[in-house]
Amino acid sequence: MELLTLTIDGREVCVPKGTTVLEACRMNNIPIPTLCHAPELTAAGACRLCIVQIEGMRNLPPSCVTQVTPGMKVETQNPKVLNARKTILELLVANHPLDCMTCQKLGNCSLAEYAYEYGVTGKKYQGEKRHLPIDDANPYILRDLNKCILCGKCIATCEAVTERNVIGFAYRGFSAKVSTFMDTDLKDSSCVYCNRCVAICPVGALMDKNMIGKGRAWELSTEEVTCTFCDSGCKFDINSKNGKVVGVTAKSAANGRPLCLKGRIGSDFRYNSDRTELPFINQEGEFVQVTWGEFLGLGDIVEKINSLTK
Amino acid sequence: MTNTIQEVAGADFILAIGTNTTEAHPIIGLQVKKAVRNGATLAVVDPRKTEMADLAHHYLRIKSGSDIALLNAMANVIIAEEIWNKEFVATRTEEFEALKEMVAKYTPEHVESITGIPADTIKTVARGYALAPNATILYTMGITQHICGTHNVMAIANLSMLCGQIGKEFSGVNPLRGQNNVQGACDMGALPNVFTGYQPVTVEENRTKFATEWGVQDLPAKPGLTLGELFDAAGTGQLKCMYVMGENPILSDPDALHVIHALEKLDFLVVQDIFLTETAEIADVVLPAVSFAEKNGTFSNTERRVQRVRKAVEPEGDAKDDWEIIGLVATAMGYPMHYQSAEEIMEEIARVTPSYAGISYARLEQGSLQWPCPTAEHPGTQYLHSGKFSRGLGKFHPVEYVSPDEMPNDEYPLVLSTGRRLYHYHTGTMTQRTGALEVAYPQEYLEINCLDAENSGVCDGEIVKVTSRRGSVEVAVRVSDRVTPGLVFTSFHYPEVAINQLTNPARDPISKIPEFKVCAVKITKVMVSLNTKKVS
Amino acid sequence: MEWFTLTIDGREVCVPKGTTVLEACRMNDIPIPTLCHDPELTSAGACRLCIVQIEGMRNLPPSCVTQVTQGMVVQTQNPKVREARKTILELLVANHPLDCMTCQKMGDCSLAQYAYDYGVTGERYQGEARDLPIDSANPFIIKDPNKCIACGKCIRACDEIQGRSVLDFSFRGFDVQVGPAFNLPYNESDCVFCGSCVSVCPVGALTEKKMQGKGRRWEMEKVTTTCPYCGTGCSLDLNVKNGKVVGITSTDGDVNGSALCVKGRFGYGFIHHPDRLKTPLIRKDGKLVEASWTEAINLVAEKLSAVKENFGSDAIGVLSSARCTNEENYLMNKLTRAVFGTNNIDHCARL
Ligand code: SF4
Ligand code: SF4
Ligand code: SF4
Ligand code: SF4
Ligand code: SF4
Ligand code: SF4
Ligand code: FES
Ligand code: FES
Repeated sequence: MELLTLTIDGREVCVPKGTTVLEACRMNNIPIPTLCHAPELTAAGACRLCIVQIEGMRNLPPSCVTQVTPGMKVETQNPKVLNARKTILELLVANHPLDCMTCQKLGNCSLAEYAYEYGVTGKKYQGEKRHLPIDDANPYILRDLNKCILCGKCIATCEAVTERNVIGFAYRGFSAKVSTFMDTDLKDSSCVYCNRCVAICPVGALMDKNMIGKGRAWELSTEEVTCTFCDSGCKFDINSKNGKVVGVTAKSAANGRPLCLKGRIGSDFRYNSDRTELPFINQEGEFVQVTWGEFLGLGDIVEKINSLTK
Repeated sequence: MTNTIQEVAGADFILAIGTNTTEAHPIIGLQVKKAVRNGATLAVVDPRKTEMADLAHHYLRIKSGSDIALLNAMANVIIAEEIWNKEFVATRTEEFEALKEMVAKYTPEHVESITGIPADTIKTVARGYALAPNATILYTMGITQHICGTHNVMAIANLSMLCGQIGKEFSGVNPLRGQNNVQGACDMGALPNVFTGYQPVTVEENRTKFATEWGVQDLPAKPGLTLGELFDAAGTGQLKCMYVMGENPILSDPDALHVIHALEKLDFLVVQDIFLTETAEIADVVLPAVSFAEKNGTFSNTERRVQRVRKAVEPEGDAKDDWEIIGLVATAMGYPMHYQSAEEIMEEIARVTPSYAGISYARLEQGSLQWPCPTAEHPGTQYLHSGKFSRGLGKFHPVEYVSPDEMPNDEYPLVLSTGRRLYHYHTGTMTQRTGALEVAYPQEYLEINCLDAENSGVCDGEIVKVTSRRGSVEVAVRVSDRVTPGLVFTSFHYPEVAINQLTNPARDPISKIPEFKVCAVKITKVMVSLNTKKVS
Repeated sequence: MEWFTLTIDGREVCVPKGTTVLEACRMNDIPIPTLCHDPELTSAGACRLCIVQIEGMRNLPPSCVTQVTQGMVVQTQNPKVREARKTILELLVANHPLDCMTCQKMGDCSLAQYAYDYGVTGERYQGEARDLPIDSANPFIIKDPNKCIACGKCIRACDEIQGRSVLDFSFRGFDVQVGPAFNLPYNESDCVFCGSCVSVCPVGALTEKKMQGKGRRWEMEKVTTTCPYCGTGCSLDLNVKNGKVVGITSTDGDVNGSALCVKGRFGYGFIHHPDRLKTPLIRKDGKLVEASWTEAINLVAEKLSAVKENFGSDAIGVLSSARCTNEENYLMNKLTRAVFGTNNIDHCARL
């Protein structure tokens, strides 16, 4: 492997050829804020929050899409960079609903975290707020597009599964949004509620309904488990509050696997002893509750087990 | 302290002598305030009119250094009026007659002329103390930092035994310690005459016990030199080298120029500290230690309460735990000393120290413990001397009043007293570097009464030179009625105002505590203004 | 002690006479939201969030000021009670600035917590938001009066814990403000910056200035330890983020409860001060220069051994420290006596 030497914030570092500036920074524990970047997805360079200054370049390039070159001189924290990032955040916050007080995402929300770090209160630009209806028609995902920052990660992760292409960008300018085919609610789309998008959304635009009101991010402790419903080994988080499991959420798909609803709800059933609600399935556009056995495709085995343990 | 801090709030009568409690011990000050709110009577004895004086029902503005006269006068009144605790004196004490005889001549009227306190006030306070169901005495350096410091303490003890105001809940004699772990340093044998738990080095049994635990042949029997004597010995060349851990004697000790001179005469000086203090600057080797946030251990507070110190962050740079450094030095000198943790050291302390025998980290996790705590089941001791004194019967030690070592005269007409301020601590090594405290309180000043200010022709904020027989410093003045005419006051928190270049190293012959509270000075106005400390 | 039996949410419980309904609930792990109550302070019954329903009473009484009686039947969670609490919260949130995204208190803010618990978003009543100036003229405390919910806890803490009475209400009605008398900034009042008011404030109206921007409450690890300053020995919590002490908050200490003084609460800046000694120093040609531990320790050992050899043990003197731990002082006493062979050890106890 060919190694390149470059200077970041006055420090000399060595990284393999082909590395992006962002990766080079992360390998060396130099923090860079990102909103649209995810290691497993192709970089889109959409949010621009990861900009840095590079000697000899006129603009501030996004570090997630810029490859290192030998002898490159990078500055990640100078006033110019910090101010530019702050402006980007000011603009994002300007038309963002100020719902953090009760937003389920707070504590894991990248936008709120960076706003705190950069001292952005939303007072500088008072943008027009969006008033989009909240999509609450399905039992699994709460979709509040007023909070969407259009990073595109949900679209990319959905697309990453072959044959599945539920969402994409629609409209332009201020009206731009992430939309299903024909801009319907998720319920009337081909969505299978695998929650890949929920797991990757950096803000509270996509939330697992199961977790709403169950506790704030900092009150929850999470334990990662590997799904056992098939042998692909997708990952879920078991969320507990005060030592009690309150819900299971999607974390990441196993390589090349979709991540699925069955695995998630099945894991919830397995770990969350308080779960009383029967699972839903979408039958011709309507959600109906079905027995565990039917849901998991196990016939009535589960019912039998349950009746035995009672 | 014989009692706990919380017990202060339960007293019916509080006699606070020479303690600026609300500034130097703010949280104990809260208990005093609580007691007053609950209806307790507060009598404050202090030459300076502090916030405590404002709170007091009786404020006794005493002439510096005349505390014994006052305490004896109170005993005089109490005996004359037959309001002493006859049962307590009969069953728990001895040598009462000696006291009675001695205090006879300290009539309130006579003492008024020594202390400046009206005879009637002395009588009222004496009665209040004697007749209260529960009375407690609080004191600090205002009592001990005199050449008669030990006698002052004895006079206090006499008074408390005379009235039986000791050995029960809420009543006792309570010295408030200045530094976080003075109590612990004393408990742990950082004294020239005792091992841990005040076990004298002169007792062979003790030496044998420690020699066995420490695996050495024998241990020295002759008590060592005290702080001041160490500097004297260094000055004369008798002492060749010194190892200083976490102290800054150049600023904190009296007659600082003498201390510097003495330290410079040493062949070898090792300083172990967290900052390059004024003392470290003249050392031959400086060893970087860690702050309280980087170490595990215990502190013992002024009420004998042992509490955990917990490590929160990693050491700065290459700094090491003090205990680890000590182990390295010992090992390098051919005495292998390898501890794995502070907890292991506490186990050893418990083995050799009866009063700490029942203390362990496991127990401290459940909460603090007050020594004596002799066994693992013992709940700790809330107040001392219940039922019996450590020596059996309490002995009265009658003491005579003597005037301070250095009285003002024509050349040095003012008395300088030193103490602490709320926003700062000790020599300022820590509090001058917080980014907050020194911003709020950036500069030291000298408190002076308006009469004296007028006589010297200085106004508020002007710079004066304060000179004693030993040295001089420049400082801004603040004209204030907190001090009486003839008295000036400042603190020792500021390196710029190294006030201890002036103070008198004359020591109490028994405790060896220097007389910080009285030293004769003169002031002269300085025309050039001092560079004030930059606020960053 | 006399005991009363009462029923809370259908459960029979026994509590001593003189207990309030709130205390009875807390003793039995029944959660009740409170904004103006603090166990260390007298109750004011001001916020009404702690209301419950009690059989035979017409209104919903605040549980923090209602004493239990024999046979009392209490409901803490029925729809009527929850609806009333929700309305109280809606009204508080209505003129509250929506700053939670960056507010230093978030994560430890009672208002935000209850708003979340009760699903209050501030959309129901759109009150007039205030735009009062923020007081940050002193180095310790920031007061943002726009976030104040006028619970009065700070006033009582200053009065009852600190015995100072610096704070009070001024103006009335919608304009009510809490702060130093005559609405002066903190640094012009008699405040001694003990921070008791900050430690009891349930919202972000009073926060520690030095903690602004240093991390969110949920990112901080709290380590309980003992104050390094005076001999009182107050307990406090070091707030640690990324290996740095970024603040100090109250804990419940055996000596001090939640009270601290200005030094204990705000005097931690020295811990990571750039002046801290980071390596051993050795004097070479009159100057102190950096050295390795091995070098420094060997030099110390060599010199001390030589003095001991040539001039006797008593030519060595040791100053131990009233600021070091018991363990360290113990070892110093051991080092002096067992290794150096002298009793020449003392510390600055007498100062
Ligand atoms: S919904 Fe979330 S992931 Fe998708 S574009 Fe919006 S912010 Fe990004
Ligand atoms: S998505 Fe983030 S910034 Fe937006 S309301 Fe939720 S927590 Fe706040
Ligand atoms: S005080 Fe509480 S509710 Fe108000 S902005 Fe701060 S965190 Fe949000
Ligand atoms: S900091 Fe202390 S003294 Fe100052 S207002 Fe608050 S409680 Fe009162
Ligand atoms: S400042 Fe805080 S504690 Fe004081 S009244 Fe306002 S909300 Fe309550
Ligand atoms: S907080 Fe203040 S009163 Fe308490 S131990 Fe520290 S310095 Fe002393
Ligand atoms: S993370 Fe690089 S542009 Fe969004
Ligand atoms: S907590 Fe009871 S009225 Fe506020």
